[in-house]
Amino acid sequence: MAEQLPILEVDNLHTHFFTKSGVVKAVDGVSFSVKPGETLGIVGESGSGKSITAMSVMKLVPSPPGRIVDGDVRFNGDSLLPKTEKEMRKIRGKDISMIFQDPMTSLNPVFSVEKQMLETILTHEDMNKHQARKRAVELLDLVGIPDAKKRLKNYPHEFSGGMRQRVMIAMALACNPKVLIADEPTTALDVTIQAQILALLKRLQKELGMAIIMITHDLGVVAEVCDRVMVMYGGKPVEFASVKELFDGPKHPYTWGLLSSIPQIHNRKERLEAIQGLPPDLRHLPEGCSFAPRCTHVKDSCLHIDPALLEDDTDHFVRCLLYEEEEKVIQP
Amino acid sequence: MLNYIIRRLVSLIPVLIGVSILAFSLMHLVPGDPARSILGEKATEAQLEALREELNLNDPYIVQYGRFMGQIAQGDLGNSITSKEAVIVEIGSRLPATLELTLFAMGIAVLVGVLAGVIAAVKQYSWFDNISMSGALFGVSMPIFWLGLMMIWLFAVELNWLPPSGRLSNDIELQTITNLYLLDSILTLNGEAFVNAFRHLLMPGIALATIPMAIIARMTRSSMLEVMKQDYIRTANAKGLASRLVVFQHALKNAALPVLTVIGLQFGFLLGGAVLTETIFSWPGVGRYVMDAILSRDYPVVQSTILIVAVIFVLVNLITDLLYTLFDPRIKLD
Ligand SMILES: Nc1ncnc2c1ncn2[C@@H]1O[C@H](COP(=O)(O)OP(=O)(O)O)[C@@H](O)[C@H]1O
Ligand SMILES: [Mg+2]
Repeated sequence: MAEQLPILEVDNLHTHFFTKSGVVKAVDGVSFSVKPGETLGIVGESGSGKSITAMSVMKLVPSPPGRIVDGDVRFNGDSLLPKTEKEMRKIRGKDISMIFQDPMTSLNPVFSVEKQMLETILTHEDMNKHQARKRAVELLDLVGIPDAKKRLKNYPHEFSGGMRQRVMIAMALACNPKVLIADEPTTALDVTIQAQILALLKRLQKELGMAIIMITHDLGVVAEVCDRVMVMYGGKPVEFASVKELFDGPKHPYTWGLLSSIPQIHNRKERLEAIQGLPPDLRHLPEGCSFAPRCTHVKDSCLHIDPALLEDDTDHFVRCLLYEEEEKVIQP
Repeated sequence: MLNYIIRRLVSLIPVLIGVSILAFSLMHLVPGDPARSILGEKATEAQLEALREELNLNDPYIVQYGRFMGQIAQGDLGNSITSKEAVIVEIGSRLPATLELTLFAMGIAVLVGVLAGVIAAVKQYSWFDNISMSGALFGVSMPIFWLGLMMIWLFAVELNWLPPSGRLSNDIELQTITNLYLLDSILTLNGEAFVNAFRHLLMPGIALATIPMAIIARMTRSSMLEVMKQDYIRTANAKGLASRLVVFQHALKNAALPVLTVIGLQFGFLLGGAVLTETIFSWPGVGRYVMDAILSRDYPVVQSTILIVAVIFVLVNLITDLLYTLFDPRIKLD
């Protein structure tokens, strides 16, 4: 990829929830950047802070109790954190848009697809209703919904799950966003539909050139569509590398666990060797490495020292004491 | 749609038969003698007996009921025992007043209740939420009677801002069309009458609206809180929609169904509450009329009123069900 400036940069982001039972450090020091046309994967078990990272970028973290307590988010070099809610609304859905896990519940059940698409277009674009409707039909065509003109009038419940996710994608792409955040876009769909949606996203990215942040708990999805990948655990990145690097030489014991639990094409249902134990309680993180209690390679020092994210090889970062001695501290 | 409405209207018939039996038995089982209440304490037993015979009150209940239903089947509600006038005429001349009061109260209750509920939900735990919801709790337990008297004392007697009773001042001319005065004054472009009728409606309307308003506000708030957590609200925000659209379109339309149900149910309550309110504010509606009829054991009047209220109640339910389909395209009338 040619040397291009990143379109979105997240820098040492900390998003915490201040609840009655304590401070939940949902995102605790996340940094990454994406360039136009690039796909970054964010992978990790449920509860590792992937969605809250995405919501922080959009500044849509429910507040209270959530708050971005530290770090920065820059779009096109411009910091989003000082922006007002009104300024953010101009960016959401226009420059940065999002699709979600469950297309069943993410579309408003009481409005037609037409109304939901048109309101997005009319909010951001200088168009009249007629032009917006034409645009909506083009978009539905683009995402492969047959008979787009007629389908526009339908309500979400009149579409299948896969078709509904296509509608979501069409809506997200309505204003030619520079960044598309896809939060587990295929998790709720069955396997064949999953593959179709991923292929669609790849095709659209090639045609439209946006950056994609692909959030998933499935390394299989990462292998399919991503260029680089960040592995998250307990609100922190634990490994960061190109997809090739990560699959060729995974470094973090947690990544090893994730890799061995990728469902195989042939027996999707059986998860081989899922990682033992439960994700950490984000209110009471252990003193040392937060993965230590579940780690198969745990050492004494892991229980006391929280390792830093270190660059191992070129552009391959890992947060683990197994590699601590030889390395130097750098952020990606 | 039309089929559905016709089917619902046909199913009204058994309901009305049930209600008529209930109304009839209630009136006749409760002690009291219409002859005595017409002729007064001094009447002799012979006079009473003669009047009972004249009013057919000595026939067996089943015959009396049969006669009552026979009349109704012909569209005749009979004559009042006390005034001898046709019941249909007497109720007909008073029903618009009650309808106007009820609709006005419902308008206030829905407008204020829904708005307060939405704001309270959007600003959960704010001072507005706390104050309006404590107010609502207070409102549901407020006796209309006490509230009405307090309002008359404060706004009519002490401050002299609003008229204490009636529908329209004597010196105001209004050409009636529907007998809903607000509507008539608009239709005839009579600004003076409009203001006057409005000022008369204000106190009884608010007194009557208090309880339903409180219930609607609480239901709207809880329904909105539930809806605001839904994924499609997150989507609407992620699209960059103005928060006004997110709240009043995306959220409110989804939150509307439970609120609509409550509104439909409260309509029945309002018709009941109107009896009290009309008495307090000397409102010339059906409520006061039927109150007097109960006291004088005027059977035809009471029975007919109960039937009419039952019809209105069923119609309101039907309208509520039809409105459901307007709010949620997934609901189909079978
Ligand atoms: N509104 C909230 N209040 C408190 N904690 C929250 C809230 N939303 C999310 N969290 C916590 O943040 C953590 C990260 O959540 P999330 O980013 O949704 O995880 P995932 O990686 O599955 O997308 C979870 O442990 C969750 O408990
Ligand atoms: Mg998530």
